[in-house]
Amino acid sequence: MLDFWKNALKDLGKIGVAYIIITVGAWMVFMILIPQLIMLDYSFKPMLALRDIGGPKDVWTLKNYIVFFTNKLHMAIFFKTIWSSIIVTSVALAICYPIAFYLAKVARSARVGLLMLGLIIPYWINELLRLFAWQIILADSGIMNKLLMFLGIIADPINFRAGNEAVILGMTYAYILFMVFPIYNVIESLDRNQLDAARDLGASWLRIHRKIVIPYAKPGIAVGCTMTFMLAAGTVAAPQLLGSPSSFWFTQVINTNFECANWNQGAAYATLLMLLCVIFMFIMLKIFKVGLKELTQ
Amino acid sequence: MGQDVEITDVSMCFGDVYAVRGINVHIEAGEFFSFLGPSGCGKTTLLRLVSGFMDPTKGQIKIGGKDMRGIGSNNRPTAMIFQNLALFPLMTVTGNIGFGLEVRGVPKAERIKKVEELINLVDLHGAGDRKVSELSGGQMQRVAIARALAVSPAVLLLDEPLSALDLKLRHHMRAELRNIQRRTGVTFIYITHDQTEALTMSDRVGVMSIGKLEQVSTPDVIYNNPTTAFVASFVGESNRLQGTISSMDGEYAILNTSFGSFSCKNPQHLSQGEAATIFIRPETVFLTQESNAPNLLTCNIQNLSFEGAYAVITLKTEQGQLLTMRHNNDGTAPPIKVDDHVNVTFSRENAFLLQHGGASSA
Repeated sequence: MLDFWKNALKDLGKIGVAYIIITVGAWMVFMILIPQLIMLDYSFKPMLALRDIGGPKDVWTLKNYIVFFTNKLHMAIFFKTIWSSIIVTSVALAICYPIAFYLAKVARSARVGLLMLGLIIPYWINELLRLFAWQIILADSGIMNKLLMFLGIIADPINFRAGNEAVILGMTYAYILFMVFPIYNVIESLDRNQLDAARDLGASWLRIHRKIVIPYAKPGIAVGCTMTFMLAAGTVAAPQLLGSPSSFWFTQVINTNFECANWNQGAAYATLLMLLCVIFMFIMLKIFKVGLKELTQ
Repeated sequence: MGQDVEITDVSMCFGDVYAVRGINVHIEAGEFFSFLGPSGCGKTTLLRLVSGFMDPTKGQIKIGGKDMRGIGSNNRPTAMIFQNLALFPLMTVTGNIGFGLEVRGVPKAERIKKVEELINLVDLHGAGDRKVSELSGGQMQRVAIARALAVSPAVLLLDEPLSALDLKLRHHMRAELRNIQRRTGVTFIYITHDQTEALTMSDRVGVMSIGKLEQVSTPDVIYNNPTTAFVASFVGESNRLQGTISSMDGEYAILNTSFGSFSCKNPQHLSQGEAATIFIRPETVFLTQESNAPNLLTCNIQNLSFEGAYAVITLKTEQGQLLTMRHNNDGTAPPIKVDDHVNVTFSRENAFLLQHGGASSA
């Protein structure tokens, strides 16, 4: 470690080292540490009128957290959010794994570029606009209903937005890249000969994926799942634009709290959501037997 | 046990480019057969055609008398050892060797027994639980061999598997491979650009050049009686003398060159008046005192390099043509030194008249 600093000093000079320490330090303190600590502080304080702040009522309390565990509706929304996010993650994984494998090992390089572009282009458009597009597609008189009715699959338009379907669909679409790229990156580095060797030894394609590709792609799958889950659990735009009251998302509860000026309650809920995401990440690491270091690579 | 491989008129195109063209060869059951050629000659393509990773554009491949067209690599009685071995890095040695058995649904007890046998066969005692990444190059090699043999292939395909090893280990593994082949009786098809490897291990060698099979024969015939200029120059070292055929003498011919006339074998049955090249191995060129010996060349000694068992002598004719010869060490120093004028000769039995041009590289 000492050597590292010595070398850095030699290469960058005093000003360079100071610049790096100050920028990294400022970023850590002001962007990560202080906001989180303020949120934690808020979450353990009761909601007070301005004149009571600093007064005898301004004490640490678990009240905001207890509210959550006594509010059946909020708990239900919380668990529904977890469940729905798991569904989004699973659907995204099911769609993205074949895409990632195809891009990494099957498609010719000219086509890979084209497909990559196809995957990336939608991300040049703002997330809200993309969600509005889905609103139009899934509307009662939208393309989806018209198509299904034209094909004779349904007689009357389906209200996609009544339940969770539209939200899950929109989110899966929105987060596909975050699932495809980590998996693609890992599979790309898999030696083609290993697939050939497994095939040559008599393995079916299914088994090659189960025994060779998926074990190899685990770090990528873990990263993709963690990112997708966090994004899904933490988004407020998709449920707001594509959902209905019955598909209420936990982030919307948090949002409502902040809007109603109950920042303390909102902070407690946000902390709970963050805790959930951290726990989910560690579960992913456990399931895929991946180290924290591999995950961040 | 091994099965025979019959390759009939096989061609493979990638786009407009022929990777292999019109290959005909019958590899016997239990034979150790090598395809020898420079990189890009199509030998790997040929191996992948036999293994079933692709089907030939034209022609037929039969293994054990059965046409293989449309049969995938997972259903052929072949197993391949890859150039980079392609071991499964996340599995142990046992996992790697047992993979083929596992996917074939062999019960666990039987599998363990078979893997144990193979570990003994390739001398990997006690390494079963280790990860392949912890092994040395030679050990990985053995795992690859055992993994391929585990599925009891009738034909084992080896794609330059020794090229990554150091020289000593390579020598050792050559003997080992030959040994395993004899013990198992499996047909080995071996791909290499290393002539020593091909000559030392194989029952027969097929020399390839730009997609075509130039000559198929036993190693000694390939070396001593090459039938094309490419084979003569690719396998072993050769001196070359160019000229025009002046007369015929049964299976021999006389070539007129600017250094004189030489008599030599005429395996391609070239006729009078044709331009051709004589190929002579350095070890079949001898010093002579006789000034009227047949096939005589008068030269200057340019360089003498003592290699231990023999000395390599570089000769230069009056016309400036360079020749090399090997003088075997008989315990006394050769009676010559640099700048000496000497006469050298070669037997017409050891010299080959071959049509030059076309594919040639040395």
